[in-house]
Amino acid sequence: MIKYLKTIDEKCVGCTTCTAVCSKLYFKEGNPAKSAIQVNGLGKGAFHLIACDQECRKCVAECPTQAISVNKTGVVMIDKKLCVGCLACVAVCPIEAMRYYPGGKNPFKCIACGACVKTCPKQALEIATKEERV
Amino acid sequence: MSPTKKDFPLLSEWRYEKGAVRRGYNMRTLHVDVGTRTAKQKTVSEDMKQRFIGGKGFGLKLLWDGTKPETKWDSPENEIVIAMGPVCGNTNYPGSGKSLVVSISPMTGVPIDSNVGGYFGPYLKFSGFDALEIQGKADRETIVFIDGNEGLVQFYEAPSSLPEDSHLLAEALTRAFAKDEQDLQSVSVVSAGRGADHSPMGVLNFSLFDKRRKGCRVKQAGRGGIGSVLRNKKIRAIVGRYRGVEQNSNDAADPAAVQRIGLKLHREIIVNDDKQCKMRKQGTAHLMEVMNDYDLLPTKNHKYGQDPRGPEIASWVWEKLFSQDLPDGCWFGCTMACAHAVDQFELETGPYKGQKVCVDGPEYETAAGCGSNLYVWDPHGILEINFYCDTYGIDTISVGTTCGFLMECWELGILNAQRTGGIDLRWGNWQAVCELMHQLAEGRGFGLLMGKGVKFLAEHFTREFGADRQLMKDIALHGKGLEQSEYISKESLAQQGGYYLTNKGPQHDEAWVIFMDMVNNRIPTFENKAEALHYFPMFRTWFGLQGLCKLPWNDVEPADNKKWSEPNKVPEHVDNYRELYTAITGESLDWEGMIRQSERVYNFQRVFNLRLGHGKRVDDYPPYRAMGPVTEDEYLSRAERYDKQLKEKVGIDPAGMATSDKIAAMRKHREAQYESLIDAVFKRRGWTQDGVPTPEHLKKIGMDLGEVLAVVEKHV
Repeated sequence: MIKYLKTIDEKCVGCTTCTAVCSKLYFKEGNPAKSAIQVNGLGKGAFHLIACDQECRKCVAECPTQAISVNKTGVVMIDKKLCVGCLACVAVCPIEAMRYYPGGKNPFKCIACGACVKTCPKQALEIATKEERV
Repeated sequence: MSPTKKDFPLLSEWRYEKGAVRRGYNMRTLHVDVGTRTAKQKTVSEDMKQRFIGGKGFGLKLLWDGTKPETKWDSPENEIVIAMGPVCGNTNYPGSGKSLVVSISPMTGVPIDSNVGGYFGPYLKFSGFDALEIQGKADRETIVFIDGNEGLVQFYEAPSSLPEDSHLLAEALTRAFAKDEQDLQSVSVVSAGRGADHSPMGVLNFSLFDKRRKGCRVKQAGRGGIGSVLRNKKIRAIVGRYRGVEQNSNDAADPAAVQRIGLKLHREIIVNDDKQCKMRKQGTAHLMEVMNDYDLLPTKNHKYGQDPRGPEIASWVWEKLFSQDLPDGCWFGCTMACAHAVDQFELETGPYKGQKVCVDGPEYETAAGCGSNLYVWDPHGILEINFYCDTYGIDTISVGTTCGFLMECWELGILNAQRTGGIDLRWGNWQAVCELMHQLAEGRGFGLLMGKGVKFLAEHFTREFGADRQLMKDIALHGKGLEQSEYISKESLAQQGGYYLTNKGPQHDEAWVIFMDMVNNRIPTFENKAEALHYFPMFRTWFGLQGLCKLPWNDVEPADNKKWSEPNKVPEHVDNYRELYTAITGESLDWEGMIRQSERVYNFQRVFNLRLGHGKRVDDYPPYRAMGPVTEDEYLSRAERYDKQLKEKVGIDPAGMATSDKIAAMRKHREAQYESLIDAVFKRRGWTQDGVPTPEHLKKIGMDLGEVLAVVEKHV
């Protein structure tokens, strides 16, 4: 089974509570550039949420130091001790869910911790599970 | 049973104060004398940094200072210098992990420089040194260990249980010197092989621990015999260890800019590579069919450039053999990932017959030199030669070119079974080539002779077997003693210059101008060609000053590259490099400044050749096989082309002429053309017509050091 953050664009109103919670939790500052979940405005009140689907794992295959691996719950994790910050993972991510901020040592990504889920006022986010693709 | 570290008798050690890299530099180098088993550090002056920049520049400067005009390759004071450059070791820009190795070459007698991947160089840099100089001769089999985390240089005696062949040696040393399983990737080994004990064409193998394959891979500082120098010094290996590489281990002035420029190229590679060169799937072997299509793929000792059997070793064949979807970079963050390997390859000959091994490569040069050039169309044969070259520590290019020469001599009847000790050297017999390799590794038989290279063999066959002197000279493909690499240069005058108007000998890394010259006709005049043979060697030298790989420059291009007036320079990428240099060093640089940095080092190397008694016009001529058809069958195979040229370019009507007369007329024309090319190139480079950099030019480019001027003044 794969644990992941399920995003429901139709419910999102673009309040960015999720990005503030995420960046505060992991970077101690409210800054959407340091949030693992991203809220993209599409215009006319529509939004698109981006977070790692934990499924494609192209970053896992690309990492030269095997700093990126899949944990027991199916979540793709980065081991900062092994990461050399090359950003190859950022380049191969097809949905730009692997993130970095300028000058930061390591890339970062959603690890389906659920912090944002609890604070989303519109229930646009859920921690869900899905089957491994064979 | 592989030895553990306690099996290595410690002979001596030296501790050093760990420093910190600042803006890409340590501003100190490490000097090791294996004779006295001592190490010391040397300060890099601001003047040295500004004038020589780093990498090959530092290497040549240290080599110059450490040697004398009389120094030979096997003199104790000859050095092996491994130097990195300020940009080396960044993990963001693809192709940033190269070490530049220089030494006085056993093949040419002048400095050779070789550009190599693997983790050793960047680890050495983060261990606190911009370069490593190795001097002296050991009295016993010695291992030099540099532990960058501990600040420690140690000299060990190699235990007798240590294997000799590279694929086992690198693995054994990595496991012995790593602290634990997690530490394996922190160790990199520089070693040579048994072949290098008996031949001047020995390579240095630089290892990297491949976590996915759970074993060592090796990349080669291949050209010019630096591995033979290592073995002559009785050094079994140099082992480096460094743990803790980070995004900004270089202490870049602007680390965010390094990330931004690197990520831009990562993305370009991910998006464009599959539509362009397919480096991520095929590596440089993607060139095979392209070269065959353009009559540039050497077959039968560079006699021809095309063969109907070419597709048997085309890129798609290699793509199937290479293990796919692995991050096969030779340094972290190289998404071009061209360092492919064939896994679980079962050997059919030699001491490892029946074993399954990992073969690094083949790259284009190996597939062409040890494949088509020998008329070997069986990928298995090419892989087997490739493996044994690597593990015995012998250069695949020199082996390919030398064996091509031997097979042609067999065809000509100069060689026979009696003279080769029973080895049948007919075209395509890859098992025979492997047998030569095995003999060379053991230092016996005809293989030992093969290992001496074509310059020696051409003279030897003339002397011993009465072979025609001129024919031997014409078909022994070398310049200055170094075997030519694997492109047919006959129809590109500029490429003849690209190969032979070089400092180290005919190696394509200085200039590859065949397409712009022959195919696209963008440099039709002598002045155009001279400009290309100024710009490209200087531009490519710049990679060697920085610790960069050339491949990400033009083996991937921006999608809109053609919009520029000179797309063959890949202007956007040149600008990436300029910006990357500034982001790391904090020093501004424009395009002209890049060329000027290289020009200083390039001219210094030319003067270095002069200092050693070479480096003149007379040293810069190709054998005729690299310029035109030597034999009648060679002429007749492309008679239409040559006849047309005689008519249109030479002004001779070939009708009714005997083929031998046509060959002579063509030769006269082409040799005259080459003379005119030299005239134009030397003029453009600021050299006399004898190939000596003028004092005025040296002053203009900032290489007017007293000791440099003292050398040229004897020749102008």
